Amino acid sequence: MTKLDNLKQDLAGRFQVENYRFSHQFGDDVLEVPKEDVVLLLKHFKDSGRFDFLMDICGVDYPDREKRFDVVYHLFSSKDGSRLRLKAMMADGESVETATRVWKTADWFEREAYDMFGLKFAGHPNLRKILTHHQFVGHPLRKDYEADAQQHCDSVLPVHFDNVDGQRGDVLNENFMPINIGPSHPAMHGTLRMMAELDGETIVRANVEIGYLHRCFEKMAETHPYNQVIPYTDRLNYCSAPANNVGYCKAVERLLGVEIPPKAQAMRVILCELSRVIDHIIAVGTGGLDLGALTGFFHLFTYREKVYNLFEKLCGARLTVSMTRVGGMAQDAPEGWFDDVLAFCKEMRVQVDEISKLLLDNKIFVKRTMGVAPVTAQDAVAWGYTGPLLRACGVNLDLRKTTPYYGYDALDFDVPVGTNGDIYDRYLVRIEEMRQSIKIIEQVCKNVPGGDYTIRDKGIVLPEKKDVYGNIEGLMNHFMLVIKGLRPPAGEVYDATEAPNGELGFYLISDGSANPYRLKVRPPCFAIYQSFPTVVQGWQLADAIATIASMNLIAGELDR
Amino acid sequence: MSTATPGTQAADDLSRNFAFTTRLDAIVAWGRRNSLWPLPYGTACCGIELMSVMGPKYDLARFGAEVVRFSPRQSDLLVVAGTITEKMAPVLVRIYEQMLEPRFVISMGACASSGGFYRAYHVLQGCDMVIPVDVYVPGCPPTPEAVLDGIMVLQKMIKDHAPRPWRDNWKNPYDQAR
Repeated sequence: MTKLDNLKQDLAGRFQVENYRFSHQFGDDVLEVPKEDVVLLLKHFKDSGRFDFLMDICGVDYPDREKRFDVVYHLFSSKDGSRLRLKAMMADGESVETATRVWKTADWFEREAYDMFGLKFAGHPNLRKILTHHQFVGHPLRKDYEADAQQHCDSVLPVHFDNVDGQRGDVLNENFMPINIGPSHPAMHGTLRMMAELDGETIVRANVEIGYLHRCFEKMAETHPYNQVIPYTDRLNYCSAPANNVGYCKAVERLLGVEIPPKAQAMRVILCELSRVIDHIIAVGTGGLDLGALTGFFHLFTYREKVYNLFEKLCGARLTVSMTRVGGMAQDAPEGWFDDVLAFCKEMRVQVDEISKLLLDNKIFVKRTMGVAPVTAQDAVAWGYTGPLLRACGVNLDLRKTTPYYGYDALDFDVPVGTNGDIYDRYLVRIEEMRQSIKIIEQVCKNVPGGDYTIRDKGIVLPEKKDVYGNIEGLMNHFMLVIKGLRPPAGEVYDATEAPNGELGFYLISDGSANPYRLKVRPPCFAIYQSFPTVVQGWQLADAIATIASMNLIAGELDR
Repeated sequence: MSTATPGTQAADDLSRNFAFTTRLDAIVAWGRRNSLWPLPYGTACCGIELMSVMGPKYDLARFGAEVVRFSPRQSDLLVVAGTITEKMAPVLVRIYEQMLEPRFVISMGACASSGGFYRAYHVLQGCDMVIPVDVYVPGCPPTPEAVLDGIMVLQKMIKDHAPRPWRDNWKNPYDQAR
């Protein structure tokens, strides 16, 4: 019996399943229901333990349809790694009940769907704009909104908070000191903004505002051909750009139904793990920096530069590499590259121990982080934490183990797990993950499979330059593919990879044309950051700075 | 050093040994260009490359510009590193207004210079739409070498007292709107 039949049996009797549509598309289980049943179903799934994570909520616009919008929920079970896509149709102006009472993580995702599409969620306490500025009129991801229709903004919102029962968010309490930090503040990493009401040094209420780096990734993806979206994905989490390339290409390849060759898989694994190492270098380095430990940052950056050198050797770019293509890699690794990677690993192994001594054994660092602002495992799951932050709370979830891809199941590595969920454990987990990543890279580099670095499907991959210039067949193939574009079959797919910050999901809808119809990114730090005001409540202001640093928020993927 | 009686040939030679003459503006410019205090306005990917510029390998200290200040009151070089969105633009203008003269602006990367490949509904198509820019550094993101080159170009501008009409004619765009 398939998982879908099992689900059907479970729901029969409890719900009117004759109104539901169960289907299995491109490897995903899909359940389409009337919108009135959505929250009841979510509640049932959560209470029965069938799905413990609500990964994503988003809207999709079909302007020609009578009921114009789809509201889409993605559920995930950490027990068996199964996923379910729950969809309901909504007309313009209709509303669906909010899921915030079932899963806390629904809060920001629903606000985003409201901002982008104008979907209304009845009962949501703070249904206001989240990514666009407060003077923005309209909903930009609707198909009738022009991609380049800019609207200027000439002011900044004053300090405000979320509405809670009996307390309005825009009314400040005179007894407390309001404070605004950011978006231009060194501890706010460039684009985050935090507001708080303080009683002495203690945070009574806190709030964050995001969207200062909303670069319209999803709209840009709808206006570009599949392969041209890859450079945009680089700039999601720019601290670990190759991991985003891989995540996106993997989703498109699943929609196309192609398997990439073993050599491309190995190269992607190396790139992913290298980017995990350099992402954690930034997280640990700037984390120390925000607490006043400048040395660690300078020390670690030397090694980040060495990875840049490896990337440069591979493709010519340092930071934003755009190294993958749909169907494999852009080019083969140069001679001796894998040996260079091995040499780096050997060096980095020693340095990870150094940095571990420098920070984790440092008395001041320990006092600033140990036991500070802990998150329980239960809360972390409800907030939709993934990646190192979730594992620091003691939940053993890593997609490389739960749903292995690219041969991760054949590799020998451990998943480090914390116990307290405090700031110290987050760094502990990150530093151990660097060691494990090095271990993975060494295993792969020592056994690089031979063969081609890309598939050779004429409808997907451009021919090599020597063929384009050398024979008529290659020239025609190149011409046709550029003119016609790479066209996956109509359909939709949700594909997730374990990025350095957690689950990076791409929900891709194709209508059979050369551009994606809709591309929704599920960024890991979006779910994490929305818990911040709750997590730091009752802690001191300096602890909030330490917390924000430990969350490793990358504005590019947070705001997209 | 030999003793010399004032007014003699020996005294004139001595003064040439320890003194030189210059114009006041030239020595001020010399001091200014070799002690730029940058405010890194890093919003996106370019901010990460700017870290490399400051970092151990490229080491901006060699150009006298390593004293990073996050307070606009203490800095004289604004490095706009990264995409400026419509939401961010009023904040950027306020930061620029708070800087004291002399103040210089480097626009680092394609996004800050022109919006880059984000021709999109929420992205300002170049930070020069709201603040005056002295040096544009191309690249997405620019290599650290390119940023160092940008700093050197700015240093030359300061040395030559290059006219900066974009700064002299600048008005706060939000004052005009109101």
